[in-house]
This record gives sequence, C-alpha cells and structure tokens, in this order.
Amino acid sequence: MAQTATGQRTATTGTQTLSGKKFQEALAGYTFLAPAVIILVIFLIIPMFAALYFSFTDWNGITPLNRQDAFGFVGLENYQRLLLETGRRQEVFFTALKNTVFFVIGVVPVQTFLALALAVIVNQTWLRGKGLFRTAFYFPSITSSVVISLIFMWLFTRNGLVNVAISAIFPNYDPVTWLEDPNGLIHNFLGVFGITGNTVGDWAKTEIASVSLWDWISGPSVTMFMIMILNTWTTIGTLMVIFLAALQNIPGQIYEAATVDGATPWTIFRKITVPLLRPTTFFVVTLGLIGTFQVFDQIFVISSGGPANTTLTIAYLVYRSGFTDSRMGLAAATAIVLFVIIFAFTLIQRRFTGERANA
Amino acid sequence: MTTVPMTAPAQPNAPSLGSIVRRIIPIFGTGVLIFFALIQILPFFFTIANSFKCLPAINASPSAFIAVPPFNVACVNAEGRTLPADATVSGATFNPTLDGYREVIETGSLPRWLFNTVFIAVTITILRVMFDSAAGYALARLKFPGNRAVFFLILGTLMIPGIVLLIPRFIILRQLGMLNQYTGVIIPAMVDAFGIFLMKQFFESIPDEIEEAAKVDGANRFVMFFRVVLPMATPALTALAIFSFQGAWNSFLDALVVLQGNQELWTLPLGLAFLRGQSGETLRWHQFLAGSVIATLPIAFIFFGFQRYFVEGVNYSGLAGT
Repeated sequence: MAQTATGQRTATTGTQTLSGKKFQEALAGYTFLAPAVIILVIFLIIPMFAALYFSFTDWNGITPLNRQDAFGFVGLENYQRLLLETGRRQEVFFTALKNTVFFVIGVVPVQTFLALALAVIVNQTWLRGKGLFRTAFYFPSITSSVVISLIFMWLFTRNGLVNVAISAIFPNYDPVTWLEDPNGLIHNFLGVFGITGNTVGDWAKTEIASVSLWDWISGPSVTMFMIMILNTWTTIGTLMVIFLAALQNIPGQIYEAATVDGATPWTIFRKITVPLLRPTTFFVVTLGLIGTFQVFDQIFVISSGGPANTTLTIAYLVYRSGFTDSRMGLAAATAIVLFVIIFAFTLIQRRFTGERANA
Repeated sequence: MTTVPMTAPAQPNAPSLGSIVRRIIPIFGTGVLIFFALIQILPFFFTIANSFKCLPAINASPSAFIAVPPFNVACVNAEGRTLPADATVSGATFNPTLDGYREVIETGSLPRWLFNTVFIAVTITILRVMFDSAAGYALARLKFPGNRAVFFLILGTLMIPGIVLLIPRFIILRQLGMLNQYTGVIIPAMVDAFGIFLMKQFFESIPDEIEEAAKVDGANRFVMFFRVVLPMATPALTALAIFSFQGAWNSFLDALVVLQGNQELWTLPLGLAFLRGQSGETLRWHQFLAGSVIATLPIAFIFFGFQRYFVEGVNYSGLAGT
C-alpha cells in the first residue's frame, strides 16, 4: 500500500517525493534498529548505571526494592571498605585482586605467545594437514566452560590420568593433589632454599592493604596455577585462528622479496610478521585481558575460591558478595572497581601494542 | 634450496648447514604441532572412553582405552554389589557399560536440562539472527538522523565487561518478574553488539547496484531487506547463527544468576555444575563424564559440519579488532 502511495506522489510533485522517501527510509531505519536498541539500553546501558547507583547503597539483594526501607545510601562507604579501611573486607578484596593479577599476568602473555607460535607454524608452506591441526587446536574452545572444567578436574584428580601418566614415567612419584593445594608457587620456590614465612624475617609481616608482604609475593597457588593452565588450554585455539587469519592476509610477495634480499626466517619474523600483526596482537591481548580479568566459571566449578581463598578472583568475589553474602551494594562496588581496572589495563596495553599501528 | 645464505660466503660449511637446518625445521615444526594437537585432543578421547566404564574402573585405570566384549556389562551385580575394578578392566582394555549414562539420565534429570538447553539456545539463535541482521542492515545501508550516534552507542556497549552487569541485570530481571523464567535468559541475549557489527560489515560489502535494481522495481526497504539482501547474506547469517548457538549452549553465568532458583529450567552447564557442587568429596565420575559427553556432542557435530563458518566467524571478530 505504501508503495502505491509514494508511486502516485512521484507522479505529482518532485520535492514532496524526496522528503517522503527520506521519511520512509528513516522510518525503516528506526524500525530495523528498534529491537536492538531497546534490548541494549535495558540490559546493557541502564544496568551499567544501575551498578554505579547500587554501589552507593547497602541493599542486601533480598528486601523488595519497592519497600521504603529497602536500602539506604551509604555514599562511598562500600569503596572505602574495599580499598582504604584496614579490615576483613579490604583483606578479601586485595587477596582477590592479587590472585586475579597473578592469573592475568600468567595467562595473557603465555596464551598470546603460544597462539602466535602455533599460527606461524600452521601458516608455513611446507606444512601438510593444515586444516586438521586447526581443527584439533580449536576443538577445546567450542565446549562449555563447565564441561571442560569437569574434564580437567577428572584429569588432575589424585588417581586421575595425569598422575597415572607421571607415575608410569617416574615410578617413585608420590601423587600430587593438584587441585587442592593452597601453596603459592613463589613460596614453594623460596622453600627450596629454606626460606619460609617463619624464617624470612619481620619485614614480611608488614601489611599492605591488610595483606602481609609475604602473602603478596606468594605467586599463584598450585590450584590457581592449574586453573591458569586450563584457561590457556581452552583459549589458545581461538586466538590461534585469529592470528592465522591475519597471517594469511599478509601478501606472499613481501616474504618472497625479503627472502630474495637474503633475510633469514628469524629476521623476517621479527621485522615483517610481528609489525604487520600488531593490530591483531592488540586485539588478542585485549580479548585476553577482558577474559582473564573476569575468570569465573572455572573457579565456580573447580574450587569455589578455595583452598584458603587462593583461587578467589574479583569476578567470583562479586558473585559471592552479592548472592551468597547478600551484600549487593558491596558486590556492585567491587564490580565497578574491576571495571575501572580492566579499562586502565586496556588503555595501558594500547600504549604498548596499539598506538604505533594506528600511526 | 638454491638460495645460498648471503652472509656466509667465507665459510665452506655454511651452505650445507643451512640446508640441514632448512630440512630440520619442517620436521621439528610438525613435531611441535603434533605435540600440541595431542594435548588438545587426547583429554576428549579419554573422556569418551572413560564415560563407558564402571566407576571403580575409572578410578583404578583411567588410561585403559580399548573396549572389548562383553559389551554393556552391569556395574552392579545381581546381589547389588558393585563390581571391583579388575572385573571390568585389564591392562589397556575394558568392558564398556552404559551405567554412567543411565545413572546421569535417571538421577540427574539430564533429559530436562537437555531440553531446556536446546530450547533456550534455539530461541536465542533465531531471535539474534533476526534482530542483529536488521540492525546491521540499518546501520550499513539506511540514511537517517542518528545513524552514527546509534552506531557509537552500540560500539560503547562492547566495552562493558559482563561481570559488571551481573548484579544490576539481576535487579532489573527481578523487577520485570523475569527471574527463574525462560524469558530471563532469552530476552537479554536476543541482541548482541558483536553480531550487529558482523552483519553491518557484511552488508557494507554488498554492492549498491543490487539494491538500486530492486528500488527501480518499486520495492521498499522491508521488501528489499527480506527478499534481496537477506538471501545474499547466508554465509554471514550462518556464522552468526553458529556463534549465537554455541554461546547460548555453553552460557553459564547468566543461567546461574537467572535460573538458579528454578530447577525445572536448569540448563546442561547449570545442572552439571550443581551436580558437582552437591557431590562433595566423592565425585561420581562415570556420571560426570557421561554428562560431559552428552553436553558436548551436539556442539561437536555442529562444529564438524560447519567448521568453515566457525573459522569465518572468528576471522570476522579478528577483523573487527583491526
């Protein structure tokens, strides 16, 4: 019907048609966009501000919000307790921050490097069965985080496959309970030289943000380290496929020219491949940062933050404060702090990997 | 082979060394790839093998991987006693059983979880393909006031980390009465910014002339979108559908927060996670492994059938970042 109407107008006046067509196009545009915009506003943009709003309250998450006394405004108190006030909340928050930072610093460089290395090898002209390798590497990425965590737990139980394999190689091996070990890797390493919390000296007892210096330098616990391996294992496939796509976009002539000029493979990699991959590297590292800073599913399934809070991450702390401890206000504040941290890290790494690519 | 290293004319040994290195690199590189490929694949291989074992056999000999007759043994004998490990496993061989699958189906209400997961994932996929492509089309092709503003608004939402939305989204769903309902997980997920960008990018690659021709024929924007543009977008739509399905199938955190209170609506990841939570120290691995296989099979089939589109989708996401 609308078509015939415009058709008729076309026949009569030119200017009217133009504005009528423009109007029609705008109407179509808004209609096409409306569902997407409505959903994104209600479930992404409003929540973002709601998180900020509730971080200034003491709502417990249970009292219905339409009741007058559902919550009170506490100003910056939640932030103060998390960040500034010496005490239990500060201790838990900074323990979670420490664990998360160990996790991020351990996982992001390793998974980025491994993914790049594998992609470079898969991209070599001499390689047979490229598709097969790509399939194999990518496969763990398609499964659910819960399932993959269960499988991983099973592999590393006391009488699991990994311990069986190690025992087969080293008959005297005393099976390790990989996923229930709260000892920090750096502590373990120092322990080899006889340095422990008791012998290291009084300086280590000094507390910064309610966490002792000795605990600050613990390194990830054995359990956390295993979850780091799990995360790397499931992520490198996706990252490798991204790197591989970028590598395949680099024209072959560049390599040929460099080879003719006598450049060694290593020089080609350093002087051509790495610079051309910089935007992709920026993307992969950003994905890695955002993903690892929010690690949750694996923690929930494998360790629930334990043993001894050594796998408590900020994301898990948000969940625990909000839904287990019924402190929604505090949980919202924790989430906002995490948001700021992720944002800051993304900006910092942009300075290292992104900017020169844009120039 | 004909290229002689430029830097080493003085050393007579250098060329042969270079050619040796050149021959070793492919062998070494392939070796590295095979090593990592095994790390990626073997756990799944052993998961499948062990999902067909009795629990004592899993604990005693997880490495046995060759199934031998008698098939379909009962792990509990007629007197109600569980068979010891060495009754069903010896060396690298084992007698397969379906007990793990039977138990997880009977005791774990797994069929219910499977139905919920399929229903939620399929619904989200259909809605997302519709709304993402419509929005992507509008942003790519239609001129109207506010086009750029909406584009940047959507771009901005990509920067919001999911965990920040955890608490407020729970609050909003509660206020809307959508907690513990299918709608609580479906409606927030039926649009996603990444999908909109994927479709926008695709529509921008379609030449203008095709639409011009339709315009001459008097088609309006809606007709053009559904009859002309959308059929051309099948590859992008498939990639988007697969990614949406995979994401919805595996989604855990959203399901945890929204559906936790209603066991009837639990999805596979949620059900398996709680099954693990309830089991305490003694994990019934035969059930978990069987459940893991059931939860992975559909997505694995889709992966092997549409692998090209998985790779394409990942590539799109990579391009979006450049």
